[in-house]
Amino acid sequence: MTRYRIQTPLGRAVGLGSAKSGFGHWWTERITAIALVLPAIWFAASLIAHTGTDYETFIHWLAKPINTVMMVLLLVTLFWHAALGLQVVIEDYVHSVAKIWALIVMRFACFALAAVGIIATLRIALGA
Amino acid sequence: MERMTTKRARPLSPNIQIYRPQLTSVLSIANRITGVALSVFAVVLAIWLAAAASGPAAYSQLQTIIGSWPGQILFLIATFVFFLHLCGGIRHLVWDSVRAFELKQIYASGWAVVLLSAALTVISWLLSLLIAGHS
Repeated sequence: MTRYRIQTPLGRAVGLGSAKSGFGHWWTERITAIALVLPAIWFAASLIAHTGTDYETFIHWLAKPINTVMMVLLLVTLFWHAALGLQVVIEDYVHSVAKIWALIVMRFACFALAAVGIIATLRIALGA
Repeated sequence: MERMTTKRARPLSPNIQIYRPQLTSVLSIANRITGVALSVFAVVLAIWLAAAASGPAAYSQLQTIIGSWPGQILFLIATFVFFLHLCGGIRHLVWDSVRAFELKQIYASGWAVVLLSAALTVISWLLSLLIAGHS
Protein backbone atom coordinates (compact mmCIF):
# COMPACT_ATOMS: atom_id res chain seq x y z
CA MET A 1 0.00 0.00 0.00
CA THR A 2 1.38 3.41 -0.98
CA ARG A 3 1.85 5.83 1.88
CA TYR A 4 0.44 9.24 1.15
CA ARG A 5 1.60 12.42 2.77
CA ILE A 6 -1.63 14.17 3.66
CA GLN A 7 -0.13 17.52 4.67
CA THR A 8 1.48 20.18 2.49
CA PRO A 9 5.12 21.06 3.33
CA LEU A 10 3.99 24.42 4.74
CA GLY A 11 1.23 22.75 6.75
CA ARG A 12 3.76 20.29 8.10
CA ALA A 13 6.15 23.06 9.11
CA VAL A 14 3.43 25.08 10.80
CA GLY A 15 1.96 21.97 12.38
CA LEU A 16 -1.61 22.86 11.51
CA GLY A 17 -3.83 20.86 9.15
CA SER A 18 -6.83 21.93 7.09
CA ALA A 19 -8.98 21.90 10.23
CA LYS A 20 -6.69 24.52 11.81
CA SER A 21 -6.07 23.03 15.24
CA GLY A 22 -7.47 19.62 14.26
CA PHE A 23 -4.17 17.99 13.47
CA GLY A 24 -2.64 19.03 16.77
CA HIS A 25 -5.57 17.46 18.60
CA TRP A 26 -5.40 14.25 16.57
CA TRP A 27 -1.63 14.00 17.02
CA THR A 28 -1.71 14.67 20.78
CA GLU A 29 -4.38 11.98 21.16
CA ARG A 30 -1.96 9.48 19.56
CA ILE A 31 1.03 10.66 21.58
CA THR A 32 -0.87 10.43 24.88
CA ALA A 33 -2.13 6.99 23.80
CA ILE A 34 1.45 5.76 23.32
CA ALA A 35 2.51 7.43 26.57
CA LEU A 36 -0.34 5.66 28.39
CA VAL A 37 0.60 2.12 27.39
CA LEU A 38 3.40 1.63 29.92
CA PRO A 39 1.75 3.30 32.98
CA ALA A 40 -1.51 1.48 32.18
CA ILE A 41 0.16 -1.95 32.09
CA TRP A 42 2.13 -1.06 35.25
CA PHE A 43 -1.14 -0.10 36.95
CA ALA A 44 -2.94 -3.29 35.94
CA ALA A 45 0.02 -5.46 37.03
CA SER A 46 0.24 -3.60 40.36
CA LEU A 47 -3.47 -4.10 41.04
CA ILE A 48 -3.11 -7.83 40.39
CA ALA A 49 0.01 -8.07 42.58
CA HIS A 50 -1.73 -6.23 45.45
CA THR A 51 -4.93 -8.26 45.60
CA GLY A 52 -6.15 -8.31 49.19
CA THR A 53 -3.31 -6.26 50.69
CA ASP A 54 -4.12 -4.04 53.66
CA TYR A 55 -3.96 -0.25 53.95
CA GLU A 56 -0.43 -0.05 55.42
CA THR A 57 1.09 -2.22 52.70
CA PHE A 58 -0.62 -0.21 49.97
CA ILE A 59 0.51 3.15 51.40
CA HIS A 60 4.06 1.86 51.83
CA TRP A 61 4.05 0.64 48.22
CA LEU A 62 2.70 3.92 46.74
CA ALA A 63 5.22 5.95 48.77
CA LYS A 64 8.14 4.27 46.98
CA PRO A 65 9.55 6.87 44.53
CA ILE A 66 9.18 4.67 41.43
CA ASN A 67 5.51 3.99 42.20
CA THR A 68 4.81 7.64 43.05
CA VAL A 69 6.31 8.74 39.73
CA MET A 70 4.42 6.08 37.77
CA MET A 71 1.12 6.97 39.44
CA VAL A 72 1.56 10.69 38.68
CA LEU A 73 2.53 9.89 35.08
CA LEU A 74 -0.52 7.64 34.79
CA LEU A 75 -2.84 10.37 36.09
CA VAL A 76 -1.41 13.05 33.77
CA THR A 77 -1.51 10.94 30.60
CA LEU A 78 -4.82 9.29 31.51
CA PHE A 79 -6.78 12.50 32.09
CA TRP A 80 -5.09 14.26 29.18
CA HIS A 81 -6.00 11.41 26.83
CA ALA A 82 -9.50 11.20 28.33
CA ALA A 83 -10.10 14.93 27.79
CA LEU A 84 -9.06 14.69 24.12
CA GLY A 85 -11.15 11.56 23.52
CA LEU A 86 -14.24 12.82 25.32
CA GLN A 87 -13.99 16.09 23.36
CA VAL A 88 -14.39 14.18 20.09
CA VAL A 89 -17.34 12.19 21.47
CA ILE A 90 -19.07 15.37 22.71
CA GLU A 91 -18.44 17.20 19.42
CA ASP A 92 -19.97 14.28 17.49
CA TYR A 93 -23.15 13.78 19.54
CA VAL A 94 -23.90 17.03 21.40
CA HIS A 95 -24.84 20.17 19.50
CA SER A 96 -25.36 23.95 19.86
CA VAL A 97 -25.09 25.56 23.32
CA ALA A 98 -25.20 22.22 25.13
CA LYS A 99 -21.97 21.26 23.33
CA ILE A 100 -20.12 24.30 24.70
CA TRP A 101 -21.29 23.55 28.24
CA ALA A 102 -20.52 19.86 27.95
CA LEU A 103 -16.98 20.65 26.75
CA ILE A 104 -16.38 23.14 29.56
CA VAL A 105 -17.70 20.79 32.27
CA MET A 106 -15.74 17.83 30.84
CA ARG A 107 -12.48 19.81 30.74
CA PHE A 108 -12.98 21.11 34.27
CA ALA A 109 -13.71 17.60 35.51
CA CYS A 110 -10.60 16.15 33.84
CA PHE A 111 -8.32 18.85 35.27
CA ALA A 112 -9.95 18.63 38.72
CA LEU A 113 -9.76 14.82 38.90
CA ALA A 114 -6.14 14.81 37.74
CA ALA A 115 -5.36 17.39 40.44
CA VAL A 116 -7.18 15.33 43.10
CA GLY A 117 -5.32 12.17 42.09
CA ILE A 118 -1.88 13.80 41.92
CA ILE A 119 -2.25 15.67 45.23
CA ALA A 120 -3.51 12.52 46.96
CA THR A 121 -0.55 10.55 45.60
CA LEU A 122 1.92 13.23 46.70
CA ARG A 123 0.35 13.44 50.17
CA ILE A 124 0.84 9.70 50.58
CA ALA A 125 4.38 9.88 49.16
CA LEU A 126 5.40 12.74 51.46
CA GLY A 127 3.69 11.12 54.42
CA ALA A 128 1.43 14.10 55.10
CA MET B 1 -40.78 30.84 -5.68
CA GLU B 2 -43.37 29.20 -3.48
CA ARG B 3 -42.41 25.85 -4.90
CA MET B 4 -38.82 26.34 -3.80
CA THR B 5 -39.75 26.86 -0.17
CA THR B 6 -42.07 23.85 0.13
CA LYS B 7 -40.40 20.90 1.79
CA ARG B 8 -39.47 18.08 -0.55
CA ALA B 9 -38.67 14.56 0.55
CA ARG B 10 -34.92 14.55 0.38
CA PRO B 11 -32.96 11.36 -0.07
CA LEU B 12 -31.55 10.24 3.26
CA SER B 13 -28.55 8.10 3.93
CA PRO B 14 -29.60 4.80 5.52
CA ASN B 15 -29.97 4.83 9.28
CA ILE B 16 -27.44 2.93 11.32
CA GLN B 17 -30.13 0.45 12.47
CA ILE B 18 -30.50 -0.84 8.91
CA TYR B 19 -27.00 -2.26 8.77
CA ARG B 20 -26.22 -5.74 10.07
CA PRO B 21 -23.62 -5.41 12.84
CA GLN B 22 -20.18 -6.42 11.59
CA LEU B 23 -16.96 -7.02 13.51
CA THR B 24 -15.47 -3.86 11.99
CA SER B 25 -18.34 -1.55 12.92
CA VAL B 26 -18.86 -3.14 16.36
CA LEU B 27 -15.18 -2.77 17.29
CA SER B 28 -15.17 0.79 15.97
CA ILE B 29 -17.97 1.91 18.27
CA ALA B 30 -16.64 -0.36 21.05
CA ASN B 31 -13.39 1.63 21.11
CA ARG B 32 -15.44 4.75 21.72
CA ILE B 33 -17.72 3.22 24.33
CA THR B 34 -14.80 1.64 26.20
CA GLY B 35 -12.99 5.00 26.12
CA VAL B 36 -15.98 6.73 27.73
CA ALA B 37 -16.37 3.86 30.23
CA LEU B 38 -12.69 4.08 31.18
CA SER B 39 -13.12 7.82 31.78
CA VAL B 40 -15.81 6.92 34.32
CA PHE B 41 -13.49 4.35 35.92
CA ALA B 42 -10.78 7.05 36.00
CA VAL B 43 -13.10 8.98 38.32
CA VAL B 44 -13.07 5.93 40.63
CA LEU B 45 -9.25 5.93 40.49
CA ALA B 46 -9.12 9.58 41.63
CA ILE B 47 -11.65 8.90 44.42
CA TRP B 48 -9.71 5.77 45.45
CA LEU B 49 -6.44 7.73 45.76
CA ALA B 50 -8.20 10.53 47.65
CA ALA B 51 -9.67 7.96 50.06
CA ALA B 52 -6.25 6.39 50.58
CA ALA B 53 -4.74 9.82 51.28
CA SER B 54 -7.45 10.74 53.81
CA GLY B 55 -6.83 7.67 55.99
CA PRO B 56 -7.50 3.98 56.69
CA ALA B 57 -11.19 4.50 57.56
CA ALA B 58 -12.17 6.01 54.20
CA TYR B 59 -9.94 3.55 52.38
CA SER B 60 -11.46 0.44 53.99
CA GLN B 61 -14.94 1.84 53.34
CA LEU B 62 -14.15 2.08 49.63
CA GLN B 63 -12.50 -1.36 49.66
CA THR B 64 -15.74 -2.80 51.09
CA ILE B 65 -17.71 -1.27 48.20
CA ILE B 66 -15.23 -2.61 45.63
CA GLY B 67 -15.19 -6.00 47.39
CA SER B 68 -19.00 -6.35 47.29
CA TRP B 69 -20.73 -8.39 44.56
CA PRO B 70 -21.81 -5.43 42.39
CA GLY B 71 -18.36 -3.90 42.92
CA GLN B 72 -16.61 -7.06 41.79
CA ILE B 73 -18.85 -7.42 38.71
CA LEU B 74 -18.12 -3.80 37.78
CA PHE B 75 -14.42 -4.43 38.36
CA LEU B 76 -14.55 -7.49 36.06
CA ILE B 77 -16.25 -5.39 33.37
CA ALA B 78 -13.62 -2.69 33.92
CA THR B 79 -10.85 -5.24 33.36
CA PHE B 80 -12.28 -6.37 30.01
CA VAL B 81 -13.04 -2.77 28.97
CA PHE B 82 -9.46 -1.79 29.89
CA PHE B 83 -7.88 -4.54 27.77
CA LEU B 84 -10.30 -3.99 24.87
CA HIS B 85 -9.43 -0.29 24.72
CA LEU B 86 -5.70 -1.03 25.13
CA CYS B 87 -5.60 -3.68 22.38
CA GLY B 88 -8.05 -1.78 20.16
CA GLY B 89 -6.03 1.39 20.65
CA ILE B 90 -2.82 -0.35 19.58
CA ARG B 91 -4.72 -1.65 16.50
CA HIS B 92 -5.66 1.95 15.70
CA LEU B 93 -2.06 3.11 16.14
CA VAL B 94 -0.94 0.44 13.64
CA TRP B 95 -3.56 1.76 11.19
CA ASP B 96 -2.35 5.32 11.78
CA SER B 97 1.06 4.22 10.50
CA VAL B 98 -0.75 3.12 7.29
CA ARG B 99 -0.30 -0.61 7.83
CA ALA B 100 -2.59 -3.68 7.87
CA PHE B 101 -5.38 -2.04 5.87
CA GLU B 102 -6.33 -5.07 3.75
CA LEU B 103 -9.77 -6.44 4.60
CA LYS B 104 -8.32 -9.82 5.62
CA GLN B 105 -5.84 -8.15 7.97
CA ILE B 106 -8.57 -5.94 9.41
CA TYR B 107 -10.66 -8.99 10.32
CA ALA B 108 -7.64 -10.91 11.63
CA SER B 109 -6.53 -8.04 13.87
CA GLY B 110 -10.14 -7.48 14.96
CA TRP B 111 -10.59 -11.05 16.18
CA ALA B 112 -7.10 -10.92 17.70
CA VAL B 113 -8.15 -7.86 19.74
CA VAL B 114 -11.32 -9.58 20.97
CA LEU B 115 -9.64 -12.89 21.86
CA LEU B 116 -6.55 -11.25 23.41
CA SER B 117 -8.71 -8.93 25.55
CA ALA B 118 -10.79 -11.86 26.78
CA ALA B 119 -7.67 -13.95 27.46
CA LEU B 120 -5.90 -11.11 29.32
CA THR B 121 -9.04 -10.54 31.44
CA VAL B 122 -9.21 -14.22 32.41
CA ILE B 123 -5.44 -14.42 33.10
CA SER B 124 -5.54 -11.22 35.21
CA TRP B 125 -8.38 -12.52 37.38
CA LEU B 126 -6.84 -15.97 37.77
CA LEU B 127 -3.51 -14.42 38.82
CA SER B 128 -5.33 -12.06 41.17
CA LEU B 129 -7.28 -14.92 42.78
CA LEU B 130 -4.08 -16.97 43.07
CA ILE B 131 -2.29 -14.09 44.83
CA ALA B 132 -5.31 -13.49 47.09
CA GLY B 133 -5.24 -17.17 48.06
CA HIS B 134 -1.57 -16.95 49.04
CA SER B 135 -1.75 -13.78 51.12
